[in-house]
Amino acid sequence: MFRWLLGLIGLGLAATSTFAAEPVQIGVGYLGVAGSARSTLSLVDQPADNDGVAGARLAIEDNNTTGKFLGQRFTLEERRIREGEDAVQAATDLAARNGFIIADLPADALLKVSDALRDRGTLLFNAGAIDERLREADCRANVIHTAPTRAMLADALGQYLVWKQWKRWLLVVGSHDEDKLFADALRRTATRFGAKIVQEKIFEDKGGARRTDSGVTLIQRQMPVFTQGAPAYDVLVAADESEVFGAYLPYRTWDPRPVAGSAGLVPRSWDASQDQWGAVQMQNRFFKLNSRRMSALDMQAWTAARMIGEATSRTNSGDLKKVTDFIKGPDFSVAAFKGTKLTLRDWNLQLRQPILLVDGRMVVSVSPQEGFLHQVSELDTLGYDRPESKCKLK
Amino acid sequence: MQVEVRKQMSHMWRVGLLSGLVLAAAAAPAHAFIAYVSNEKSNTVSVIDTDTWTVTKTIKVGQRPRGIDFTRDGKFVMVAVGDDDTIQMIDAKTQTVVDSLPSGPDPELFAQDAAGKTLYVANENDNTVTVIDLEKRTRLGDIQVGVEPEGMTISPDGKTLINTSETTNMAHFIDTASRQIVANVLVAARPRFAEFKHDASEVWVSSEIGGTVSIIDPKKHEVVGKVSFEIPGLRKEAIQPVGIGMTRDDKTAFVALGPANRVAVVDVATRKVTKYLLVGQRVWHMAFTPDEKYLLTTNGVSNDVSVIDVAAQKVIKTIQVGELPWGIAIAP
Repeated sequence: MFRWLLGLIGLGLAATSTFAAEPVQIGVGYLGVAGSARSTLSLVDQPADNDGVAGARLAIEDNNTTGKFLGQRFTLEERRIREGEDAVQAATDLAARNGFIIADLPADALLKVSDALRDRGTLLFNAGAIDERLREADCRANVIHTAPTRAMLADALGQYLVWKQWKRWLLVVGSHDEDKLFADALRRTATRFGAKIVQEKIFEDKGGARRTDSGVTLIQRQMPVFTQGAPAYDVLVAADESEVFGAYLPYRTWDPRPVAGSAGLVPRSWDASQDQWGAVQMQNRFFKLNSRRMSALDMQAWTAARMIGEATSRTNSGDLKKVTDFIKGPDFSVAAFKGTKLTLRDWNLQLRQPILLVDGRMVVSVSPQEGFLHQVSELDTLGYDRPESKCKLK
Repeated sequence: MQVEVRKQMSHMWRVGLLSGLVLAAAAAPAHAFIAYVSNEKSNTVSVIDTDTWTVTKTIKVGQRPRGIDFTRDGKFVMVAVGDDDTIQMIDAKTQTVVDSLPSGPDPELFAQDAAGKTLYVANENDNTVTVIDLEKRTRLGDIQVGVEPEGMTISPDGKTLINTSETTNMAHFIDTASRQIVANVLVAARPRFAEFKHDASEVWVSSEIGGTVSIIDPKKHEVVGKVSFEIPGLRKEAIQPVGIGMTRDDKTAFVALGPANRVAVVDVATRKVTKYLLVGQRVWHMAFTPDEKYLLTTNGVSNDVSVIDVAAQKVIKTIQVGELPWGIAIAP
C-alpha cells in the first residue's frame, strides 16, 4: 500500500507539469451489501439491484470527461458483500487499490470499516446510512456523509408542513427500530418548529406478505378503522422505514387528511422527477447509462464520487492526503443540481443539502423553506446544528 | 463602411449590438428597437417594441426555447429549442418560424463568427459543441468538450471560441481554425456564461453555484481576477451570477444574479460592484439596445423583463412576457 501511495504522489507531481504524460490514476471503491433489495409495499418503489452504485458509475464517467483535460483517470471497483461476509475484510481489500471508498453499509458495519481503515488514510463516504449517531456520538474523522440524516429529512418535511399551516400531526409509528428512530426525529422537528403531535399510534408489524392477490380489499377495510377516532388533526405523519403500512394510508384514512413522512409527501435527497437547476441533463445521462430512473441512493453515491472528482480537479492532484485535506477544508464545495452549492459541516463531515419533498410523481417543494433563517447557512436549519452536536472528530 | 464597422464590432453579436454605432449615427432621433425574448416554459418568443415598451407579438416556437440571437444580416432570429434538439429560425420580417438548423441534442447557447457564416452550438446533453454552416444550414462537425457545455463566446478576432461546461467547471479555449481545444481553465462551480471585453484583453465567466465571476487572461489562459458579490440581508446561496453585459467602452459590466433578483453594476477597471439594481425574480440574461441607452433583463420567475436606464443605472420599467423568460436579443 505504501508503494501505491508513493506511486500516486509521483504521478501527481508529473501531472502538474504536463498532462500529455500518463494520466494520474484515481481509484474509487464501492462497497455495498449484495441482495439487500428490501421488499417495498409498492412494486414501483422496489429498488434496482444496482441502486447506488449506478450513480457512482455516472459520476466516474463525468469525472473522466473532466479528467481528460487534466490528465486524471478515475476507476471504480465495485464490491458487494453477502450476508455473513466480513465488511472489514472486503473494505481492507478494496483499500489496497483505492484511496477512496464509497460505502452503502449499515451503521455498525460502517463503523467497523472506518476504524479498521483509519491508519491507512482511506477516505470513506457514507452514501447510504441515515443514522444520526454516525454524525453524533459515533462520528469518525475518516467518514464523510453524503446521505442526509433522519433529523434533516424530518426537519425538511416539518418546515413545509408548518409553512402550510398543517401544524396538528397524527403520528403513526411502525414497530421496528428504524421506524422509532424516524419517529424520534419527527418529534424533535415538531418541537423545534412549533407543530403539535395530537396523538401517536403504533402500527404493529405482525408479519405477513407484502404481495397478496386480494390485498387491496383488506387494506381498504383496515386503514379507515385504524385511523378512526383520532383527535382533530391536519396531516397524518407516518414513520415506517420498514415498509409495513405507510403506503397503505393515503386515501384510506378515516378523516380526509393528507399523509406525509414515509408515504404521501416524502422527504428525500433526490427524486427521479427532479428537473430543476439543470438536473434534466444529469437525469438524461443517468437514464442513458443505466436504463432506469435515478434514486436518492444513486444521487448520494453520485455526489460522493463527484466530490472526489471536484477535489482532484481543484487541487490538480491525485494525492490522497492532499485531496482529503481539501475536501475537509473551508474552500470545498460541490454542485449537485439542487440550486445551491453543497458544503461540509466541518464539525461532523455531514454534507449540507436541500431536501426535496416528493409525492412519487413530482417534486412538491424543496426545503429549507422560506423564512427559516440561520446565521451561517439556511441549510443548517435542517438537522442537528453545531451547538447541539455531540460529535468530536477523531 | 457598414461592413467594416460590422467586422470590428463582430464580438458584440450576442447582445445584439451589431451595427449599433451605425444606427446611432444614422438615426439621430430616438429609435424604436425590437427585442425578442425566449420564454422557456411557454414555448414562445415575445416581441417587444422598445418605443412603447409593450409586447407586440408572441411567436409560437418549439419546446424549451432558451438561447436566442440575430443572424449577422439581421434577417433571422435564431432560437435554441432544447427539447426539440434543434435551433429554429424566425424570419424577422414575418415574425414566424421558417426553418431550423441541425444542432446536436439539447442546444442551449450558441455563438457565431464575425462573418456570420459559422455557428457554434453548446449541446448540453452530450458534451459537444456542434459546428454549423449558417449559409448552407448544414452540420460541419462536433468538438468534444466537458460535461454540460453551456456558455459560448468568440474572441473579437474570431480566432478563439470559448465554451464553458457546467459540471466540468471549465472554460475551454478552442481554436476556431483547427477546432481543437488549446487550453482549459478551471473556474468556480457551474460556469454558465462567458463574455469577452471588447478590447479582447479579458474573458469574464460567471459561475452560478460558485457565486463569482472569474476574469481570465485569454493569452495566458489564467484566472487573473474575480468579481465577488455581497448583498446585505441576502443569503449567500441566493447570489448566482448568470448573464453578463459589458458596455462598449469596457468601463461598466452588468451581471445578472439569478435568485438574488438583482443586477450588479461592476466597475470593470477595479472589478468592484458599485451598485445593485433590483429587477424581477431569478434574473437570467440581458441585452443592450443598440444605442446602449437601455439594458433589458429577463426575469425567469416573475415572468417579466426589466428595463434599465444604463446612464442613470435605474430600473425604469417592467414588461410582462411569457412564462419563464430566459434569453433576449435585440434587433440591430
